[in-house]
Amino acid sequence: MKDTVDPAPSVNLEEIIVCPQCDAVYHLKVPKVGEKAVCERCHTVLIEPRKKAGLKIIAIAIATFVLILGATFFPFLDIDAAGNKNSVSVMDAALAFSSGPLLLLSLATAALIMLVPLARVMLTLYVLVPIVLDLPPARHAMQAFRLSQALQPWSMAEIFALGCAVALVKIADLATVGFGPAFWMFCGLVVLIVAQDKFMCKWSVWNSLENPKKS
Amino acid sequence: MVGMEFAGKSQKILSAREMGLVACTRCTRAWPIGTPVCQRCGHKMLSRDFGSMQRVWAFWVVGLMCYIPANMYPMLKTRTLFQVDESTIVGGAVELAHHGSYGIAFIILLASVAIPLAKFWAIAYLAVSVKTRNAAAHRSRHVMYEIVEYIGRWSMIDIFVVAILSSLVQLKTLATINPGPASMFFALSVIFTMLSAQAFDSRLIWDTNAFDGDPDQHV
Repeated sequence: MKDTVDPAPSVNLEEIIVCPQCDAVYHLKVPKVGEKAVCERCHTVLIEPRKKAGLKIIAIAIATFVLILGATFFPFLDIDAAGNKNSVSVMDAALAFSSGPLLLLSLATAALIMLVPLARVMLTLYVLVPIVLDLPPARHAMQAFRLSQALQPWSMAEIFALGCAVALVKIADLATVGFGPAFWMFCGLVVLIVAQDKFMCKWSVWNSLENPKKS
Repeated sequence: MVGMEFAGKSQKILSAREMGLVACTRCTRAWPIGTPVCQRCGHKMLSRDFGSMQRVWAFWVVGLMCYIPANMYPMLKTRTLFQVDESTIVGGAVELAHHGSYGIAFIILLASVAIPLAKFWAIAYLAVSVKTRNAAAHRSRHVMYEIVEYIGRWSMIDIFVVAILSSLVQLKTLATINPGPASMFFALSVIFTMLSAQAFDSRLIWDTNAFDGDPDQHV
């Protein structure tokens, strides 16, 4: 028994959507703004358009960009135990493993906390700004958007923020720990990164890249 | 929330493979089966990635191999005025429990021991269940897959805590904390299990029809 059939000539490939998680095929029916289309069998969200999502995402991306730079170089925690003081920035924390073979770990940490989120922000801006301005898509915009999707699981800023909380609890009885400006920037950053992923409807972006508006 | 309409005439949900199509897993666009690269976004397409099982198992084994030294070597080297203390993951948690911090000890054991082990078991179970074509419980296996994918990244929290502590607690003679060799193995273990979970082709969970003969002859 063959488990595949030859493509039915009647199917218009532009009018169907396939769930990326479970391969279920649906007739494309774009939901209204505020509603979402969900795969019936694995419940993956397929399309979720939002009002003025493009502008909101761009605004969030610019704010994220500024906050990442700030949060990287300002001190985010300082410690005070019996007169011995130390304050560290995210950069210092990422470079904590800088001796011997642990250097690799240092680079990986820096990449996961700062470089990957930063790269995703820039890719997002590169793809979305022309779309929102009704210009033709930027060169290689599709590859750029694909890369930014592939990087998503490796962007770990929000995990780092929770790590801060755990570290604080661990040394709370050893010393007095204070928050620097970058700590609050990091908290804001976490909210922004979550909001950006929430507003982003991937299908809508692919659709606009494929069918750019004629201006 | 609106449901999508089914493409088939009947109410049975058809997979793209059953309709003779191949779909791009990045941008959801469908193409005739055999199309190698998505014409819209340029992502490589395979109707079912049978070779993925080898990658899943390869990354899984490396992840497990890294997890063993991660538990045997010290994670943190704490030096206070009079003593040097090197504690492993489990040792550190036991010590915290002795000092009465049962809550934190529990969280550490959960995040660094229970969740990684559960993750190894879950990936292995999914990979085996696809091979044996266990037709039941598509939905619960899919939920399991999504949990594994979601939770995988959060294990990095341990590494970040070590990074924060060892950069922050550098108080000259009073106390210093430095990372131990286990931190690198633990990070590698997390990264390889993430790669293993990403290599898994979740569409295989939903296939009920047995494939005939050698699966490699299919596209």
